[in-house]
Amino acid sequence: MAERVGVYICHCGTNIARTVDVEAVARWAGEQPHVAVARDYKFMCSSLGQDLIEEDIRELGLTRVVVAACSPHMHEKTFRDTCQRAGLNPFFFEMANIREQDSWITDDREAATEKAKALVKGAIERVVHHQPLEPLPVQINPATLVVGGGIAGITAALELANAGYPVYLVEREPSIGGHMAQLDKTFPTLDCSACILTPKMVEVGQHPNITLLSYSEVEEVEGYIGNFTVTVRKKARYVNEELCTGCGICEEKCPKKVLDEVFEAGLGYRKAIYRPFPQAVPKYPVIDVENCIYFQRGKCKACQIFCPAGAIDFEQEDEILQIEVGNIILATGYDLFDPRRIPQYGYGRLANVFTSLEFERMVNAAGPTGGRIVLRDGVTEPQSVAIIHCVGSRDKNYNEYCSKVCCMYSLKFAHLVHERLPNAEVYNFYIDIRAPGKGYEEFYHRLLEEKTHFIRGRVAEVTDAARMPGEEGKLIVQVEDTLIGRQRRIPVDMVILSAGLEARHDSREVAQRFGLGCDFDGFFVERHPKLDPVATMTEGIFIAGACQGPKDIPESVAQGAAAAARVASLISQGTVLMEPVRAHIIEELCSGCRICNNLCPYNAIVYHEDRGVSEVVTALCQGCGTCVAACPSAAITGAHFTSEQVMFQIEGILWDVRSPDGREREPEMVMA
Amino acid sequence: MSERYEPVIVGFLCNWCSYRAADLAGTSRLHYAPNMRPIRVMCSGRVDPQFVLKALREGADGVLIAGCHPGECHYVEGNIKALRRYILLKRLLRQLGVEEERVQLIWASASEGNVLAEAVDRMTEQLRALGPLRWRETVLSGDGHRPSPLPQQAAPVAEEV
Ligand SMILES: Cc1cc2nc3c(=O)[nH]c(=O)nc-3n(C[C@H](O)[C@H](O)[C@H](O)COP(=O)(O)OP(=O)(O)OC[C@H]3O[C@@H](n4cnc5c(N)ncnc54)[C@H](O)[C@@H]3O)c2cc1C
Ligand code: FES
Repeated sequence: MAERVGVYICHCGTNIARTVDVEAVARWAGEQPHVAVARDYKFMCSSLGQDLIEEDIRELGLTRVVVAACSPHMHEKTFRDTCQRAGLNPFFFEMANIREQDSWITDDREAATEKAKALVKGAIERVVHHQPLEPLPVQINPATLVVGGGIAGITAALELANAGYPVYLVEREPSIGGHMAQLDKTFPTLDCSACILTPKMVEVGQHPNITLLSYSEVEEVEGYIGNFTVTVRKKARYVNEELCTGCGICEEKCPKKVLDEVFEAGLGYRKAIYRPFPQAVPKYPVIDVENCIYFQRGKCKACQIFCPAGAIDFEQEDEILQIEVGNIILATGYDLFDPRRIPQYGYGRLANVFTSLEFERMVNAAGPTGGRIVLRDGVTEPQSVAIIHCVGSRDKNYNEYCSKVCCMYSLKFAHLVHERLPNAEVYNFYIDIRAPGKGYEEFYHRLLEEKTHFIRGRVAEVTDAARMPGEEGKLIVQVEDTLIGRQRRIPVDMVILSAGLEARHDSREVAQRFGLGCDFDGFFVERHPKLDPVATMTEGIFIAGACQGPKDIPESVAQGAAAAARVASLISQGTVLMEPVRAHIIEELCSGCRICNNLCPYNAIVYHEDRGVSEVVTALCQGCGTCVAACPSAAITGAHFTSEQVMFQIEGILWDVRSPDGREREPEMVMA
Repeated sequence: MSERYEPVIVGFLCNWCSYRAADLAGTSRLHYAPNMRPIRVMCSGRVDPQFVLKALREGADGVLIAGCHPGECHYVEGNIKALRRYILLKRLLRQLGVEEERVQLIWASASEGNVLAEAVDRMTEQLRALGPLRWRETVLSGDGHRPSPLPQQAAPVAEEV
């Protein structure tokens, strides 16, 4: 066959050209077999660069194209489209990655140039054996699964539901709302969190297009974009939702008090049958089996006796549901950093050290203290309050990153203390004040005028060991004030630790279940940090909110809406085109040994008893190629990754070191 | 380049984790040995032992197979299949007299650019110490065609366990 290959070497400005002698590579490529033309150009991906390829295809009659530039994950699609525009099958294209995997990893110009030649040669040898392929159209199921009912998930669900598409919202806790439901006021506008959140929660609960599955978890995800099958466990509430009116009498009558570690952040109590808070959506309570007297000791049933609707059902069991969706949005949020990990701050040991979430519950009028700021004894108002920023953040020992919201909520706390306790002294211990956002810096200036004491320095210790007069019975904050360059000891009554935001403790497990990646800190990884922040590497799976990294409410909302828009656009397209990288069994070669049948993780290979051969069901095949590698008769080919293509790529990539005996390929080595 | 012997490594990187790890290493400007020449495959499970043998026969001094961590394979457990084949392949290579270090399997997730870079550096060092593979002399007998007698019965390679 006489293929005519065009080879294009990109300078990428100086990104590649600084380390790789691109002109030399182009010159050399021009002399290789099959190559009709080889050029180097400043920016191949620019429209001028693409025009160059299009022109050559048309005028020189190219049948194959190789671009040596960045990663195929960056621009493979771009250049495939270029080929297609010029009338060439897009799969007659191959990319050599001489940027991410060559020019950026070394300063050795000679070695980088050699490596670039090898990669280009591999691509030339491979592309000659490419076959024309057509993308596979896949229908998109218009239903969407949203996992996590915080503000990000709520926003995404409502956007899609309002667009007329069905949504399943799966929330692990008994109610939706997430962290925002725990907050009192929100910075910088100080509007009441519940006032802006609860109407949205109610809308979710009542929306005809939303199926709310609270107190539920996703157990399994199968399928691919357009066609996911999701298994959800709906945990038994022991309350019949058809009958329950949400009157709350059961909660009143339940004799068992339990420390509420989740919603009240350990500051308050709930009952064994409970709704996390009165405006919970859905309104039905759940029985916490571990603490219920009846479940533990076989006696009590107070809730059942008093329920006017007869809704308590101790026999209820977990339900397993199978739902079919086209896309999935993960909005599982964050966990608060546990300040017990910094023992010198005394949380858990010194009674009057509080976490930020505890303080949110404390200042909340609907919280355990009715909104009064008091010490752990529940009555004494503090005369002085220390707010310590960056707890667990910007610290190599814990989390290196900045949690982004703590400065702002610490300022909010200072304001709330001034408002409720006008005579109290408030100290904010900060490293830098980070207030980038609309109205955020202004809020900081407002606080400066509210006579908050700002002390710059990382707190070394919080202790109750008094050393000086005036320190008895106080908590002493030991800090180096870096503005005056002196050690200071500030005695206070109450300390609030502005703990950072961390990835959910189970984020890695969840990521694995959905086929996503996590970064070093456990946050979900987006497809592109700048240009594709809510998509993931897995088609059809999107992320929104703090599960991707620390975020405040406006950003979480924006991401929720963005993810919904991405999904809506897929739904309105109706079908998407998938890479035709699929396996295929050549019936004449298949011996019917069935080794591949059990290897396939998607059960995509069926065996035909009558003909004694196996067949790949294209709709189910995901194109991993495991069966191709395993077939002892070489009867399976993997489109676009055929053994032939890889074998020739190996030869090309080793062009400079090939041993003489490698020349004559043994027949079994070239089987497709 | 210096006069020092520079080994050539063929890297089979899975599309979802390890190839992205290698991309990330570059994007983060981690410098590591340019001796590894990457070939992208969809999954480490696609790596046919024949590919490895082919690379060694064609003049590579070593082969690095890299996939997602166990449990993280984009295709559920292609990497486990790769691991099984790798173990069998290693047995065969040992019998052919090919040193352990020449064929390696590692796991590198998309966020572990450093893991991939370190593996390449480590392997490059090991192969520099070993010197060239010389498949012809090591594995084939003098005439370059017939395999030298095996120490014992070779295990089948492509078979699944
Ligand atoms: C003390 C404090 C004060 C703050 N004050 C402000 C403020 O004033 N203004 C502001 O803008 N921001 C503030 N924030 C930040 C704010 O809390 C977040 O921006 C916001 O809550 C992020 O929303 P989210 O939906 O991404 O996550 P979350 O609120 O964490 O919601 C995630 C939801 O997903 C559920 N979930 C988790 N895992 C699963 C699973 N596997 N399956 C099913 N469901 C799951 C959770 O139960 C939860 O309901 C504050 C944060 C803190 C800690
Ligand atoms: S996709 Fe990476 S090993 Fe399977």
